[in-house]
Amino acid sequence: MSELVLSIRDLRVTFDTPLGALEAVRGVDLDVHAGEMMGVVGESGSGKSVTFLAAMGLLPHQAKVSGSVMLNGQEMLGASNKVLRNMRGGLMSMIFQDPLSALNPVHRVGDQIVEMLKAHQPKMSDKDAAKRAVELLDIVGIPQAAERAHQYPHEFSGGMRQRVVIAIAIANNPKVLIADEPTTALDVTVQAQILEVVERVQKSFGTAVVLITHDLGVIARVADRVNVMYAGRNVEKGGVDSLFDHPSHPYTRGLLASLPHEGVERLTPIIGFPPNMLTPPPGCGFAPRCSHATDACLASLPSLRTFGDLETACIRAEELVVKAGLS
Amino acid sequence: MCRMHFLIRGFVLTEFATISPKRMAMRRFLSHKAAVGSCVLLAIMVVAVILAPISARYGVNESVRKPPNTFLPPQKLAWFGTDDIGRDLYSRLIYGIRVSLIIGLFTAVISTVIGCVVGAVAGFRGGRFDDVVMRVTDLFLAFPFLVALLVIRNTLGSIGWLTAIIGDKSSVRFIVFLLSFFGWMGVARIVRGQVLALKEREFIEAARAVGATRRYIVRRHLLPNSIGPIMVALSFAVVGAITAESTLAFFGYGPQAGDGATSLGILVGAAKGAVQTGYWWIAVFPCFALVLISLAINFIGDALRDATDPRLDRGE
Amino acid sequence: MRRLAWAVPTLLLVTFLVYVALRLGTDPLQSYLRTNPRASKEKIEQYKSVNGLSSNYVLGYFHWLKNFVTFNWPRSIKGSREVWPELKDAMANTIRLGTFATVVGVSIGLFVGMFAALKPGSRRDVAVNTGAFLGVSVPPYITAVLFQLVFAVYWSRWFGHTLFPTSGVYPAGHSGFNLVLMLKHMALPMMVVAIQVIATYSRYMRSSLLDVMNSDFMRTARSKGISERQVLLKHGVRNALIPVVTIAALDVGGIIGGLIISENIFAYPGMGLYFLNSFSNGDFPLLMPWMVLVVASTLMFNLVADVSYAFLDPRIRLD
Repeated sequence: MSELVLSIRDLRVTFDTPLGALEAVRGVDLDVHAGEMMGVVGESGSGKSVTFLAAMGLLPHQAKVSGSVMLNGQEMLGASNKVLRNMRGGLMSMIFQDPLSALNPVHRVGDQIVEMLKAHQPKMSDKDAAKRAVELLDIVGIPQAAERAHQYPHEFSGGMRQRVVIAIAIANNPKVLIADEPTTALDVTVQAQILEVVERVQKSFGTAVVLITHDLGVIARVADRVNVMYAGRNVEKGGVDSLFDHPSHPYTRGLLASLPHEGVERLTPIIGFPPNMLTPPPGCGFAPRCSHATDACLASLPSLRTFGDLETACIRAEELVVKAGLS
Repeated sequence: MCRMHFLIRGFVLTEFATISPKRMAMRRFLSHKAAVGSCVLLAIMVVAVILAPISARYGVNESVRKPPNTFLPPQKLAWFGTDDIGRDLYSRLIYGIRVSLIIGLFTAVISTVIGCVVGAVAGFRGGRFDDVVMRVTDLFLAFPFLVALLVIRNTLGSIGWLTAIIGDKSSVRFIVFLLSFFGWMGVARIVRGQVLALKEREFIEAARAVGATRRYIVRRHLLPNSIGPIMVALSFAVVGAITAESTLAFFGYGPQAGDGATSLGILVGAAKGAVQTGYWWIAVFPCFALVLISLAINFIGDALRDATDPRLDRGE
Repeated sequence: MRRLAWAVPTLLLVTFLVYVALRLGTDPLQSYLRTNPRASKEKIEQYKSVNGLSSNYVLGYFHWLKNFVTFNWPRSIKGSREVWPELKDAMANTIRLGTFATVVGVSIGLFVGMFAALKPGSRRDVAVNTGAFLGVSVPPYITAVLFQLVFAVYWSRWFGHTLFPTSGVYPAGHSGFNLVLMLKHMALPMMVVAIQVIATYSRYMRSSLLDVMNSDFMRTARSKGISERQVLLKHGVRNALIPVVTIAALDVGGIIGGLIISENIFAYPGMGLYFLNSFSNGDFPLLMPWMVLVVASTLMFNLVADVSYAFLDPRIRLD
């Protein structure tokens, strides 16, 4: 295994809301290795975005964050502002779902890249920065990069804009790129293109990419390893092939089963709703919806444990394998 | 802050989907203490004013007693003192507020009705009509208000057939007409903006897809969804009208209904002269009343705006 | 560019409407006869012709227009005074007062609004909000009268001298230019206007900045690791200023005729007082040039507002 660039241990995020304390993330452990593509899967409310927003330090001050986030061996939680600013855009970048609102509408695209460059390479001359900006636009696949650098975000189509966002994010060659649902707001054909850009960037720059999504198809296409989250915790981890081939957690199985695939006439969704994180259930977060839940499941929070070539949080993983063999 | 709410919504929405938007708006409104207090204050005022012959202590043109009765300072005989011909200021204030509130209310209602119609049509249809409406209102709203008011007042007041219907320049009806002439423009722009924003939403497309006529869409979908901004516009129109009326009266162009009838504006106008002479009560009480009413309605308007279009950034 | 082309016809159209409105509203002929009851027939005819007061409104308008653009301006009906010198002085006074008050007011207002928006819901935010609210709810003539009360009547009573005079540009009988005196006389009307401006603009700025602060691109800006100050200024304020500047441009256009109340209360001889006096006399020859100036100013600043909006917000740029 190559070196560890991002290491998250027991991350907890609680929001102080007028309705009470909302536990968005309840103890997440995560490792990202250099150059790998890590997929993080979960539905809305699973805490997947919040985890990484916390790692970047981009949460509002009502959020209480505890645990450990080690980036390149340095602790990020509670670090000084200087360290955090150094990290953001320098060692770790994040791109978001909606490229139109993510870009400042009144600044030219080229200038927005230059801003990112100068923030972390202050010695760079304006001319060099401008040149580099055009190169970056070229790398992400924007045609006529030199002219288009002078244009404004609204003059680009959705897919092009997302490429610009990626260009900004990789400008300083960060060790980790966090992509929070980068394709959700785009057309399906454009989705494939953007994924291709992300992969290309990963391979040529050796950047580790954390791809957050709820779309398993995307994960299957590009991820090396997968981390499945539910109700603020990890429920399963493993290599992408293993996970898709023999998922151990009922939630992951449910997700896979609900995808349309060959030979299946009717879709089988997972019944029920995600839990209310203001008053999360005491036991396994998925138990209320799980058809295999027992009293033990409902009683206490299970932790991740090794299970073959995966890690799982289901206490009944072994038994369920046997059962699955029958169906 | 807004991001946090967005993050929370995903978690908690399912629990609260059952409360109707109207009740949520009501709740938000009631949480604004200043606005609630203002409602109470205005309600008291309205009641006092409606019951005028009872709540006022003297008639509007009635002398407090035989002379000497002019410029008496506040005392048991006349709670707010007397004016230049011995009339009780307190009673005159009640009658005056009544007139001003009537002017304000009628103007606001008429302005809002006209403004809604014009704004909805302009926003929905777009095209030349919209362009013209926008340019006209642009100009009128940018032009110095008082000047336009005075000039139009004289102009309209000189059109024979108009005054025959509405009454002459100094009548209350004329003032309502005049103020509505200007008032509808602000409302129209707000409604137009709202319609433009709603026009592109999917539920409108869906209505069109089912074959709804344009008029139906405006009536059943666009207008009800614009109630919030319309109510806000209405409340600000009331304040605007009352303030405009008082400004007119301040310069001597206010309603002169004869028989000593007065309006809040006229009473405030008298404050001008009272400054030098030291009869402070003539200035203080009417001004205080005017400011109180303005504040109250503004508070309500602000709270309405917040209740119907909450911004998730009040730091909560 | 297209807008500019439209400006001239609009100017003509609006001045025509003004012409009609004034003819109907102030009855120039009657006013003239009232002020000069013993005018000879030929004088009356001359007055009618120079002012374009023929019975056909359209023809009359063009007649007036011709005289106006050839600078053949009729004299006032009262005292037969030349229009331009008075108008010029009035304009200078008002522009001085208005610009000063607006510049001061807008600058302070913008800062205050920013100050409040940076910590929404905090005590300073509430204080600013309440203050602005009061400023907007109290009609300007009340504050003006209040100031007059305090400074004219009570201050001298308490302190034995007048700090801020409450009327005129200079004390009566003064001639020549004296900066200190001028500033002293301008102080009160300026404060009244400035209060209104500060209250309005702090609210605009606060609301605009709050909107911007919650936008996604602010999050992107922070995720770039630039300093918080840069995030605020380059991204937050820069974007928040767009609607505010547009409104400011419109307001500036309104200065020239918009200070009537303060000028009236403080007897400040500016455009407002000029208008009120001419209007109550029905002095058509004095009024029309005034109107043209005001209309032109309004139209011009409308254009400036449009242009500045397009300049600041590239999404709006059309042709």
